[in-house]
Amino acid sequence: MKRRYSVAVLAATALILAACGGDDSSSEATPSTEAAGGDCATIEEGKLTIGTGNPAYSPWVENDAPETGEGFEAAVAMAVAKELGYEGENVVWVRTNFDEAIQPGAKNFDFNLQQYSITPERAETISFSDPYYAGNQAILALAGSAAEGATTVADLVDVKLGAQAATTSLDFITNVIKPSNEPLVYDDNAGAKAALEAGQIDAIVVDLPTALYISAVEIEGSSVIGQFPASAGGTTDEFGMVFEKDNPLVACVNAALATLSENGSLAEFEKAWLSDNAGVPIISVG
Amino acid sequence: MNETVPGSSNRPGTVASSRLARRRFERQQKRRSTLIALTSTLVVIGLLVTLIPQTPGWYKVKRSFFNGEVFSETFPRLLDAFVKDVQIFLWCAPCILVWGMMLALCRSVRTPALFPLRLFAAAYTDIFRGVPVILTILLIGFGVPGLGMDRPWNSPYLWGSVALVLTYSSYVAEVFRAGIESVHESQRAGARSLGLSSGQTLRFVVIPQAVRRVVPPLMNDLVSLQKDVALVSLIGPIEILRQAGIDKSKFANFTPYLGAAIIFLAITIPETRFVDHLMARERRRTSGTAIR
Repeated sequence: MKRRYSVAVLAATALILAACGGDDSSSEATPSTEAAGGDCATIEEGKLTIGTGNPAYSPWVENDAPETGEGFEAAVAMAVAKELGYEGENVVWVRTNFDEAIQPGAKNFDFNLQQYSITPERAETISFSDPYYAGNQAILALAGSAAEGATTVADLVDVKLGAQAATTSLDFITNVIKPSNEPLVYDDNAGAKAALEAGQIDAIVVDLPTALYISAVEIEGSSVIGQFPASAGGTTDEFGMVFEKDNPLVACVNAALATLSENGSLAEFEKAWLSDNAGVPIISVG
Repeated sequence: MNETVPGSSNRPGTVASSRLARRRFERQQKRRSTLIALTSTLVVIGLLVTLIPQTPGWYKVKRSFFNGEVFSETFPRLLDAFVKDVQIFLWCAPCILVWGMMLALCRSVRTPALFPLRLFAAAYTDIFRGVPVILTILLIGFGVPGLGMDRPWNSPYLWGSVALVLTYSSYVAEVFRAGIESVHESQRAGARSLGLSSGQTLRFVVIPQAVRRVVPPLMNDLVSLQKDVALVSLIGPIEILRQAGIDKSKFANFTPYLGAAIIFLAITIPETRFVDHLMARERRRTSGTAIR
């Protein structure tokens, strides 16, 4: 009796496995809305699902409420949605962390934006839209820090640096600054900010708009020591929206982004939500 | 594996032949169950190997989790980062054992005047055993350095280790206490009647027996500590888990996590086998004649 039971379990396991293998078509290929000459089908018909961070930070999304369209990325996303013909209730926001968005396989969003820098490595697993913003890396420190007054990267070698893990900022530290002390890294900028205030690190490397926001609003006594533009040998990151690999919707979103760029909307959003970075000193690399 | 061998005397006649028949039957049964176990294992593995690659997402999963190129590029970096885990483990473990033992002793004192000590130890274990280790690390790792100490006293290595020691010593204290309580009252009575003081009784009679008894569960906690060391990465240090996370994002590929898992297994499996060995030895030692 017992033996027969175990055979039954085995058979059931095989059935379940087979069932998992066969279920393919359910999540894909709903009838498409044709726009911009491409196949613009979304994961939920009639709705556009957009992913962002949890929480989403200023100045990219204000008050962690992207549906209001306030904040740079929220504004860009809502404008793209409008170009694609989705408004009001038809735009659905979901929250993911960075990891979820680059996992292989099906996504629970049409596209995701949370300052993803476009890199060739990432593009092997996911698809990117054209860039909607180009930002420099920047360095942020408290008054009196060892990083103060740096004009070249050489001045930063002995500075204890911190950054958010898995960002191009961290790549910038390890590949360009090459500090003598190993950097400390955190899950999010909140951790890096706490470490800066506790004096565990001298400075944070982060994208310039975020650095400006932190210095202006979040950490008293902090300032942006400088930025590293590509023109001075640094790194200018291009932010793109993340899609499931080879999602045909990319073409539609790119068309929408092109329109927004041509009619000046992108520049307008930048002006409205991101601080003017003209006054930030430039730190040269090399 | 445990084959029961009946008594050693070998009586002639029917008893012996029936015993032989019985042995033959048992051997047959054993062979049969081995065969079934083997077949069912092969069938399950066979099904997994043939069915999983047929799932629609398999080629993506394979590329993302079993990518040879990414593996060979990231593995050396992971090994380097793992050195930090081992270091943290090595300086935490002795502190945990010492502090855990002190807590266990606090909790086992019987002098009425020292009751506050017992109360402290009980409250301590309740708190640190009850709070997830990850929260303790975050709270201590971000909270204490915020008080404004200078380097190196605000190092995340220091406070991450403190958090681990606080949490794990509460587990270890309970293990030691169980050991101390398992020593029979007659042992104490005997020692006291020989003229040993209460302190000497503890030192020379109770603790040696207690510690020997709890070595296996203690090792269990240490294996678990070896894994939890990785949580210190949350407050800054780039150890193996963080390095794997960084490489994961860099390549948008999860293979580094697989590499990290392999490195952990290479350490923890021998540790676990060693614990098994200790447990078996302890069982043999305490259960009198071993049944094999």
